[in-house]
Amino acid sequence: MTTASVATAGWFRRPTSKRGVWSWLTTVDHKRIGILYGATAILFFVIGGVEALFIRIQLARPEGKVLSAHQYNELFTMHGLTMIFLVVMPLGAAFFNYMMPIMIGARDVAFPRLNAFSYWVFLFGGIFLYSSFFMNQAPDGGWFGYAPLSVRLPGHGMTFYSLGLIILGISSTVAAVNFLTTIINMRAPGMSLMRMPVFVWMTFVVQFLLVFALPILTVALFQMFFDRSLGTNFFSSANGTSDPVLWQHLFWLFGHPEVYVLILPAMGIVSEVLPVFARKPLFGYPVVVFSGIAIGFMGWGVWAHHMFAVGLGPVANTAFALSTMFIAVPTGVKIFNWMATLWGGSIRFASPMLFSLGMIAMFTIGGLSGVTHAIVPHDYQQTDTYYVVAHFHYVLFGGAIFGLFSGLYYWWPKITGKLLNEKIGKLHFWLMIVGFNLTFAPFHILGLQGMVRRTYQYPKGYGFDFWNMVSTIGSFTIAASLLVFFYNVRKTRKEGRIAGNDPWDARTLEWTTTSPPPEYNFEEIPVVHALDEFWHRKYVEDKEGRIVPVPSGAQEPAGEHVTGTYAAHGEGHGIHMPSQSYMPLVAATGMPLVGWGLAFRQYWLAIIGGLIVIGGLYAWALEPAAEE
Amino acid sequence: MRGSNARRSRRAVLWSGLVTLAFAAAACATNAPQDALKPVGPVAKQEDNLFRPVFWIAVAVFVLVEGGLIYLCARFRRRSDNDAPKQIHGNKRLEILWTILPAALLAGIAIPVVITIFDVAAKPVGSNVIHVKLTGHQWWWQYEYTDFKTPQGTTLKTANELVIPTGRWVYLSMTSADVIHSYWVPKLSGKQDVIPNRTTYLKLRSDVPGVFRGQCAEFCALSHANMRLRVIVEAPSDFDRWVAGQLLPAAAPSDPIAMARLTATCFACHNIGGVPGSQGALIGPDLTHFGSRTSFAGSMFEMTPENIAAWLRDPPGVKPGVPIGEPGGTMMPNYHLSQAEIDALVAYLINLK
Repeated sequence: MTTASVATAGWFRRPTSKRGVWSWLTTVDHKRIGILYGATAILFFVIGGVEALFIRIQLARPEGKVLSAHQYNELFTMHGLTMIFLVVMPLGAAFFNYMMPIMIGARDVAFPRLNAFSYWVFLFGGIFLYSSFFMNQAPDGGWFGYAPLSVRLPGHGMTFYSLGLIILGISSTVAAVNFLTTIINMRAPGMSLMRMPVFVWMTFVVQFLLVFALPILTVALFQMFFDRSLGTNFFSSANGTSDPVLWQHLFWLFGHPEVYVLILPAMGIVSEVLPVFARKPLFGYPVVVFSGIAIGFMGWGVWAHHMFAVGLGPVANTAFALSTMFIAVPTGVKIFNWMATLWGGSIRFASPMLFSLGMIAMFTIGGLSGVTHAIVPHDYQQTDTYYVVAHFHYVLFGGAIFGLFSGLYYWWPKITGKLLNEKIGKLHFWLMIVGFNLTFAPFHILGLQGMVRRTYQYPKGYGFDFWNMVSTIGSFTIAASLLVFFYNVRKTRKEGRIAGNDPWDARTLEWTTTSPPPEYNFEEIPVVHALDEFWHRKYVEDKEGRIVPVPSGAQEPAGEHVTGTYAAHGEGHGIHMPSQSYMPLVAATGMPLVGWGLAFRQYWLAIIGGLIVIGGLYAWALEPAAEE
Repeated sequence: MRGSNARRSRRAVLWSGLVTLAFAAAACATNAPQDALKPVGPVAKQEDNLFRPVFWIAVAVFVLVEGGLIYLCARFRRRSDNDAPKQIHGNKRLEILWTILPAALLAGIAIPVVITIFDVAAKPVGSNVIHVKLTGHQWWWQYEYTDFKTPQGTTLKTANELVIPTGRWVYLSMTSADVIHSYWVPKLSGKQDVIPNRTTYLKLRSDVPGVFRGQCAEFCALSHANMRLRVIVEAPSDFDRWVAGQLLPAAAPSDPIAMARLTATCFACHNIGGVPGSQGALIGPDLTHFGSRTSFAGSMFEMTPENIAAWLRDPPGVKPGVPIGEPGGTMMPNYHLSQAEIDALVAYLINLK
């Protein structure tokens, strides 16, 4: 035992349980953390969905009276915050966590305890944000919280907003640093950058976006918090010295890269799923990768297209119109390359494939309406109407959520060992895509007919009645499709078909190991010789480029196993995995205490919370990564 | 297997058809007073003229991509588990082609877009232009016609309803007294944000008379949905008459009940030009010619005696908002007026023509 571990062993014995609640609370295994992320995100998806249903009930008929104006404002604000920060981001993080290390042939992420810390901070950030409902102080200023309204709104709602997003930002920043380090340093031998699966590439780009975008938001949120509780004048002042537009620049300089944080993981998933179910390699892998990187870079230069009606002047509007148009080019390239992947393939319409095809079909519509936003003079008509609401739901639901569901169906057998029921999965897909279009396609029409977003009521006689009713019916169809999904999950748990290692005849490393994978992922660290390594172990191409199965037993060239410390045969004996730890959880519990303390000016509570965070981190620093 | 695939692609065709139909239906909507697809003013028409060709290009791309997807799914569906498709890893020429083609298409679209951006932003000039200073308030609009003044030098002020003559440019210079709003009259022009501590500009014109509806488009809290407005376009002679009328002072109420309440309460925030005790204070809308308008309270209510009475009885009860006096309060509180006071005030206010 080292001296450091003696110091901590005095207070705590390191947790060792592999089953039960404590094993989950103290886990540092990237796969378990991935499952925690996914389960939490799906729980929040249900909550955010119920909020959406309330909104749709209120708007089903003109002059709806189900909700008060204030309740409506709280619900649409929380719906947006939930879906973005508590559903799509963590659902992406669930796949980054679970899949990315296996896909690059690693045993875990670079900093396993930091990974656990990210999750717990995310969970407590979400709980903090939602605790506002129980105090009747939910955020009510919209998810982009425009100043000076966000500073002036009475109550504690927007204080919860600023502090909650700061906490969630800590979680994402920490995770981003962790994943970047992992991808840069922990790839298996032979896994060069241009042999990485596209999903790993997109993960990589997303982490860069997060690392650089979140600090901008964090600064803006602190300024908002100071304006609200200390009376500073960053965004709001009575004497005319502050500029509320500053908030918009800061927010969208974060907010637009954030859009790509939300969509790129889904694009990565689609790029994995299509080749598997078309039995063809991804068409133009380097182009798909580079267009993802190009989107990541160009995403920094389009933020003011959220602000065309602000009055930045014709020169600025021209610049952002052009950048917005041209970010459509790499996006279009991806779509064409996906279609070329299908060309000449042998397409199997399993549920993951249906969701991926649905993603391409729906995202295209969102992309096209996005290009119409770049028609700046007409964007003066579109912006802040339901037309924009239609656009971003086609991108974020039609794009991100369909892509993430594709990932869920695709990797479910790897994660649980059982295949989700195909028939029910297809029913889920068709109900969801029909419900989705019924809900959001009418928004295009409503917006252009003059329906302004974020309005708790609309009067009779504006021509809004019919399409709003259609949309409400659609939203309940989506809800029904999710019930079908949950039924599928339940049924699969009880009587699902055992998946085996490679149920889809897939191409990447995660399918070489067992389903679910052992804690150490691979008995032996794989050696990578090609893009789509696993595929090339199973098939070779004949002279005409057609696939021929490799006779079994001949997959691995002899003598290329890595030997030495990693090579360890038989049930993973001798593989050292990091030890479980209480400390990430302990440190994270302090965060919401700091938040409540600051929001309600109970500074003693904030100090206690701060001490818990510091104490947790200190104890964590003293304990060794792995007990001998 | 084959049968269900065919059914699936038929269904896909059906649905993409429905989506297209839905788009088409947008053009046929009747009775939509804020329909941006039926522009009247020259600015709105210019914006619409730009949108329409791009819309049809988008429809073409939509048909190409969605039709292509359906075709690919139908043609290349798996027929046997032993299918061994040719492994195509890419094609540089094709990929360059579908990078350059969309870029060229977008560059083509960009040219008229940029020209129109500058066109729409150009300030109207000439002696014919009417200048109006607009201030956004939670949740109503104030207009000051800086070109028109009373003999005493007071500027023509009105609220919520912008009255303009046909055929003349109106140039709005806009700011906000509290939070960000956005001024939008879809049939006359796209929207322009109205921002505290800043001045933004918007030009409007209509060559035909009519009443055009609009509303605040930037979320501004509780009664954002009720921050509506009307632009009333009149023949030039009617407009001149309107201006002359608006520049006249109002008479004091003959009913002492009304007068007492005005002095005790209303004049703290409202102005009724010409009535002794009125201080010109303008936290609330100017009421000098209140009865000449067709609507009130952010154009939320039609100008009827019943609506005015309901408003006076309990403003926050009929329009969500935080009353002045509470933290963050901006709207008229409930003064618990008696029925006699309400009757007297309604009779007086509605006759302020």
